Amino acid sequence: MGFQGIGAAVRRKEDARFLSGSGHYTDDINRPGQLYASIRRADRPHARIVGIDTAAASAMPGVVAVYTGADLQADNVGGLPCGWQVKNKDGTPMAEPPHPVLAVGKVRHVGDPVAVAIAATRQQAKDAAEQLAITWQDLPAAGSIKDALAPGAALVHDDVPGNICYDWHLGDKAAVDAAFAAAARIVRLDLTNNRLIPNAMEPRAAVGEFDRATGEHTLYTTSQNPHVIRLLMGAFVLHLPESRLRVVAPDVGGGFGSKIYHYAEEAIVTWAAGKLARPVKWTAERTESFISDAHGRDHVSTAEMALDKDGNFLALHVKTLANMGAYLSTFAPCIPTYLYATLLAGVYKTPAIYAEVKAVFTNTVPVDAYRGAGRPEAAYLLERLVDVIARDTGIDKVTLRRRNFIPADAFPYHTPVALQYDSGNYQATLDAALKAADWSGFPARRAAAHVKGKLRGIGISTYIEACGIAPSAVVGSLGARAGLYEVANVRVHPTGGVSVFTGAHSHGQGHETTFAQIVSDQLGVPFDQVEVVHGDTAKIPFGMGTYGSRSLAVGGSAMMKAMDKIIAKGKRIAAHLMEASVEDIEFKSGTFSVAGTDKSKTLGEIALTAYVPHNYPIDELEPGLEETAFYDPKNFTFPAGCHVAEVEIDPDTGAASVVSFVAVDDVGRVINPMIVEGQVQGGVAQGIGQALLEGAVYDGNGQIVTGSMMDYTIPRADDLPSIKVGTETTLCTHNPLGVKGCGEVGAIGSPPAIVNAVVDALAEYDVRHIDMPLAPQKIWSIIRAGRPPMAAE
Amino acid sequence: MYDFTYQKPSSVADAAKLLSADAEAKALAGGMTLIPVLKQRLNKPSTLVDLAGTGLAGISVAGGKVRIGAMTTHAAVAGSAEVRKAIPALATLAGGIGDKEVRHRGTIGGSLANNDPTADYSAAALALGAAIVTNKRTIAADDYFQGMFTTALEPGELITAVEFPVPEKAAYTKFPNPASRYAIVGVFVAQGPSRGPSGVRVAVTGASESGVFRHKAMEAALAKSFSAAALADIATSAEGLNSDIHASAEYRAHLIGVMARRAVAAAG
Repeated sequence: MGFQGIGAAVRRKEDARFLSGSGHYTDDINRPGQLYASIRRADRPHARIVGIDTAAASAMPGVVAVYTGADLQADNVGGLPCGWQVKNKDGTPMAEPPHPVLAVGKVRHVGDPVAVAIAATRQQAKDAAEQLAITWQDLPAAGSIKDALAPGAALVHDDVPGNICYDWHLGDKAAVDAAFAAAARIVRLDLTNNRLIPNAMEPRAAVGEFDRATGEHTLYTTSQNPHVIRLLMGAFVLHLPESRLRVVAPDVGGGFGSKIYHYAEEAIVTWAAGKLARPVKWTAERTESFISDAHGRDHVSTAEMALDKDGNFLALHVKTLANMGAYLSTFAPCIPTYLYATLLAGVYKTPAIYAEVKAVFTNTVPVDAYRGAGRPEAAYLLERLVDVIARDTGIDKVTLRRRNFIPADAFPYHTPVALQYDSGNYQATLDAALKAADWSGFPARRAAAHVKGKLRGIGISTYIEACGIAPSAVVGSLGARAGLYEVANVRVHPTGGVSVFTGAHSHGQGHETTFAQIVSDQLGVPFDQVEVVHGDTAKIPFGMGTYGSRSLAVGGSAMMKAMDKIIAKGKRIAAHLMEASVEDIEFKSGTFSVAGTDKSKTLGEIALTAYVPHNYPIDELEPGLEETAFYDPKNFTFPAGCHVAEVEIDPDTGAASVVSFVAVDDVGRVINPMIVEGQVQGGVAQGIGQALLEGAVYDGNGQIVTGSMMDYTIPRADDLPSIKVGTETTLCTHNPLGVKGCGEVGAIGSPPAIVNAVVDALAEYDVRHIDMPLAPQKIWSIIRAGRPPMAAE
Repeated sequence: MYDFTYQKPSSVADAAKLLSADAEAKALAGGMTLIPVLKQRLNKPSTLVDLAGTGLAGISVAGGKVRIGAMTTHAAVAGSAEVRKAIPALATLAGGIGDKEVRHRGTIGGSLANNDPTADYSAAALALGAAIVTNKRTIAADDYFQGMFTTALEPGELITAVEFPVPEKAAYTKFPNPASRYAIVGVFVAQGPSRGPSGVRVAVTGASESGVFRHKAMEAALAKSFSAAALADIATSAEGLNSDIHASAEYRAHLIGVMARRAVAAAG
């Protein structure tokens, strides 16, 4: 067995289980006496519920119960809470309308849950839910930001005037105004960030169970953060103490953010299992996922950059309208504010920035974090704007970027939008990407494509993002209603094996491998003897879960701290055994030794002594070798990099395909290069999806048009090129591993690179900007408009 | 899925009897359309009559015709050396339907009986002048397709085989819907076996509100000169064409021209 510590491309431990079909997912869980829940959802975007007749459904075969919003209210079930409060420009809090578990009074989006039927079989539950007789009074709907802001628009919530959730700002308006007044040139770009539907491979599912003997409720759920679900559901919805509520998130088949939030179905099955004293299971069908999983993105923005005569960025003014959907999902308010506007400096030294963000309620599915969450929107806006500046000023797009980069010697660097970048080297990632992409050889490739009748373009993005979320005090001051530390418990067993209990959650990221590598490296324990446990509130002390590329930067750091404590305690035991002073004990590669002597004890020997303390400093030290650490990060981490895309367009059909993609990212120290490569490639695949293929469409009445994979285009293998991944490393300066995070960079850096490439390919058609997704018809329209009709043939 | 009765007869006659006896019964071929529809509860048949036991699968080539049994899967057609040799365009078309899983379940008879306006086989049947053989008669392709999801099949009538005359040359080109991969526009062109004005046939699928259709203007132009250039001046009206989020009627009209020219070029 070769080296398996930090930096080794160790094969993923968990894959044997996943690839052999032995994974254990929520829908694989079946409990004795289990019932099935089927949710009746609104089939219309906005309507008053005049009445629900449950009699016929209740009398159907196998039906055990039918519940509506009124039943939950009568039992004092609370609404779904929002975990972040954003304030308006004037300091008043955002509008935070109630989000009932089952609709009360009216429904606000297609998919809004109205009632639940619980029966002995899945089919019986479905039959009953379908038979519920609901009398509706349809209301006019606001299916888009534009509709919701129109004069006289329908109100999604009767007590939220103008459908405005908040009107927020960040930055120095006066400084920006002054810079604009003095600017040699102002370049403006209007753009949208298309709405996406996450589509994790595993649909959401939940199983509620109640133990009558102990009074304990258990929820098995497809979650990225079981402790957060326990906290939110226990404290706000079902009013259960932690001691009586266990939440288990077993193997989870992809999340991308959509499984962070506390969803109605989790509360429904937990509550109903208690009421009925029988397990209750719900599993989403894919069609339900489309209308009940939180969507992502959906911004309409205007960006203006003030420039001096040389193209130096002087000031940036951004106005964004962000779609919240019909209700506030768990973290929705912070996505278009603190995870978006704070990133608008990008990798540039723009001295003044002012951002205004209005969040808008619409009659659509709630919108929340989706892979990248706010940062893709910022990177897209900025990197498109920079390309448009290059086009409008005639300055080369690489030169323009280099000219405005924050220099490598300027760190730590305070941006005008509240962040302090700790480290980075943007010239280095740019240089490496240009080289890997053979940037200078592009004209020849364009000419060759032209001979084949194809239009070829090249695009670049130099992005930054913030992850390793997040310092609790900082986010608390910004409106977070929770701390964002992470927790690790490291248990060295008597025979020297190690179990690590982490509050982070793996749903595809490969934590069981990466974390085991860290532990193996730090404690000198063989990789195979390290077990990583996650996803169960009964096993793990606490945790905030996995999102925002935080698992390694925050969860890994907690593990390092816990291991420091293990080593410190081990040294005291070793000092006792070897009759030396603690200060003289050194620990390296799994061995405690006395400095300057040949005396040593292995970690295994120390562990055995800790659990069999016959010869032990029992008066000053407790037996056992197990430590817990809570790690609160000192700052965000700032992965950054350069992505280069090349596209070819078939001018006859308008179809664009990405023919080459290079990503060079600075993700800090790399623990497992193979996993980093996979994470980046997966992110880029989703970025290609956003740029070329995906886009949720609602019609003017608030009906979803892209309600299934027949209409919503998920990227497939044949839509993707071979994605070349490289890394250029500067270490994070404030966490013990020097890591920054790699889960989201692919989805953040790639969309602007691809759109820039398509715009470049269409240079002869005088295109300044095209909104995503760059579907064939859209490109064909541009080509057709740019040529006489016959010439287009 | 609603409850239904499942029957698996061992002969076409028995299958036809079951279907004739019950207007709410439905025939199940590969199920690649019907089963998703049932899962979404969009259809509520009393009985599913599974044709898998009726012995309708198989391919033979004789007398200038390729005969394909109704229950032959797309994968079997795509992988058949005989089909590949006789009508390579047909094998290529079958290999481009859906995905691998669909191609191993879906059947030619099921596809033609369903007559989805965006399906591929209908274009081949119409352009090659195929004969749809049923348990009661033989229907010329020109008479068979009667609008979207509508065919000349009568209650209790089952397709047993499809006979394709072997053309001199043929090709199929498809511009797929990026999401569903069904045809936004698919054009099948064929020349022969007979020569003269009726010897060239161009069938277009995916584009029209009324399903697969023959493009007579293109046929006339190609009969004079079977070349992509011959189609340069043939415009297609957008009137009556489908329009959705992926393709407007105008875009489809344009794509018909592009796909037709590419098909002609590919046919050689």
